[in-house]
Amino acid sequence: MTLRVFIPCDAAARAVGADGVATAIRDEAQRRGVDLVIVRSGSRGLFWLEPMVEVQTTRGRIAFGPVTRKDVPGLFGDTPFAQNHPLCLGKPEDIPFLKRQTRVTFARCGVIDPLSLAPWRGLERAKSLGPAATLEEVVKSGLRGRGGAGFPTGIKWRTVADTPSDRKYIVCNADEGDSGTYADRMIMEGDPFLLIEGMAIAGFAVGASKGYVYIRSEYPDAARTMEKAIVIARAAGRLDEFAMEVRVGAGAYVCGEETSLLDSLEGKRGQVRAKPPLPAHKGLFGRPTVVNNVLTLAAVPSILADGADAYAALGYGRSRGTQPIQLAGNVKHGGLFEAPFGISLGELVDEIGGGTRTGRPVRAVQVGGPLGAYFPRALFDTAFDYEAFAARDGLIGHGGIVVFDDTVNMARQARFALEFCGIESCGKCTPCRIGSKRGVETMDKIIRGEQREANLALIEDLCQTLKFGSLCALGGFTPYPVMSAVRYFPEDFNRPPVGLAAE
Amino acid sequence: MSAPWNETVAREIIERYQDREGPLLPILHDVQAAFGCVPPSAIRTIANALNLTRAEVHGVVSFYHDFRETPAGRHVLKLCRAEACQSVGGEALARRILDHFGLDWGGTTADGRLTIEPTYCLGLCACAPSAMLDGEPRGRLTAEFIDELAS
Repeated sequence: MTLRVFIPCDAAARAVGADGVATAIRDEAQRRGVDLVIVRSGSRGLFWLEPMVEVQTTRGRIAFGPVTRKDVPGLFGDTPFAQNHPLCLGKPEDIPFLKRQTRVTFARCGVIDPLSLAPWRGLERAKSLGPAATLEEVVKSGLRGRGGAGFPTGIKWRTVADTPSDRKYIVCNADEGDSGTYADRMIMEGDPFLLIEGMAIAGFAVGASKGYVYIRSEYPDAARTMEKAIVIARAAGRLDEFAMEVRVGAGAYVCGEETSLLDSLEGKRGQVRAKPPLPAHKGLFGRPTVVNNVLTLAAVPSILADGADAYAALGYGRSRGTQPIQLAGNVKHGGLFEAPFGISLGELVDEIGGGTRTGRPVRAVQVGGPLGAYFPRALFDTAFDYEAFAARDGLIGHGGIVVFDDTVNMARQARFALEFCGIESCGKCTPCRIGSKRGVETMDKIIRGEQREANLALIEDLCQTLKFGSLCALGGFTPYPVMSAVRYFPEDFNRPPVGLAAE
Repeated sequence: MSAPWNETVAREIIERYQDREGPLLPILHDVQAAFGCVPPSAIRTIANALNLTRAEVHGVVSFYHDFRETPAGRHVLKLCRAEACQSVGGEALARRILDHFGLDWGGTTADGRLTIEPTYCLGLCACAPSAMLDGEPRGRLTAEFIDELAS
């Protein structure tokens, strides 16, 4: 019997040697005459166990990890992939990190061959319902934009559907630039047809016949997989009514902001547009455009296939459904954790994440990317929910959590937030373009010990200007990491002065 | 390896995309893939073909971090400097790597072998510190990576 072995082709698994492991397994099988076929799946998202290899048995799949090339001869032993091998993890779905999850969007990711085309039950049901009822189904599900703003998806779709135009567009924002996030990348590499189906449903619901996936250039694997998947879907006749194209960004973080993304797609500098007009009224090439994040569109097929009520039954408060949370940075068990909204930050970091990778105490977490607030342990009872985080001057953004141990210097982190804002500013509005530079200079003075009190007051004043005077979230949200660092970690802004050159 | 400037090749690239909506970024990507950079002659050719001013094309080239107007070294290392990598000592490792090659961010070694550039997140944040070497992802980097780069 042919032995089926699953090895992730996910970029993060490849980054830690999955390709080498695949080659070693293939060579070892040949040498021993073992009849074996390797399937390159996506990743299950248990990254501390990557490269994680799974083997099909009569009792389901059995996982081994983390596997290195050197482990491969031993894995073949007397019987290949014996379950008494020290790297054997048992059934992957019994690993506590995976067992505690509710996988809706990520149900197939890491399980299937990413380029295997299954029936599109979501689109089929949408077609049977018609565009208007499809739209209402998405409204009823309570789905909110997963890019960070949390805007109700159904309302956005309805606006586009109700705006008359000669053409309309669906644009998928796959410019996942927030540090600590990788869920979009995992979907595009591990289950690209889920996103394609979601976009096709969106196109059907609002009457758009063209869709663009704007993928950041830092994700070459994702772009390649999406391109291949679109070719396959097209050849299978699945995209007859909805044309799709992948566009690759060029290293500008600000293009994750929807209006600069649209300008970039049009071939311009990725500068932010003033709103109104909303993209739903005048978006790509001035036409009504749905701009949704990867995770938003990837949630749509299951909402249609299994019904809005099933999706809305999960969640917390006004945040319905599941959120793919990404644990990253200095965390023992880093990975993708999909769960209904409402789980507490402390449970995520301490129990599921297992604390820090270095074994030192967790001092701070940054939730929601480089524009998200730094939270101390005192706020670990915050529920993972848009409103609960907003109530504490934070944001969940795209669901990334970066963990820091007690060696972190929060004044340096605050400085970095301002520096990053300056590096990535599109330059259109003054608070962001100039304010970020003055912010870095002022923070340097604080670190050097110059007139700390006065300069901290200046930082607070500057943050007010950034928050209320910037055109988009880059300048508007940079105050979150800066002011949360100042507020919750004041001792770090009063350390003995150090020369900047010493760092 | 990238080829020297060739007007015919550039025109072929432009023609491939000219009928698409908003074709400038795909053209610039392919031009850079072919020639290792977007040279001034490319800017002129593209501007003429797309009925744009050279200033407009230059404005786009200079806006995006990816596009360069002079070629990089034979190998390009993009080291992540974002928060997840910072949390596991990424900055200290980056400093050691830069010092080892006597480079600052964006610099190229004198023999033209290696360019080191900053990047802000490669989506490998659960396997930090991370980098991309000639387009291939690398994670859980340690000081051993310096030896690998040097050899």
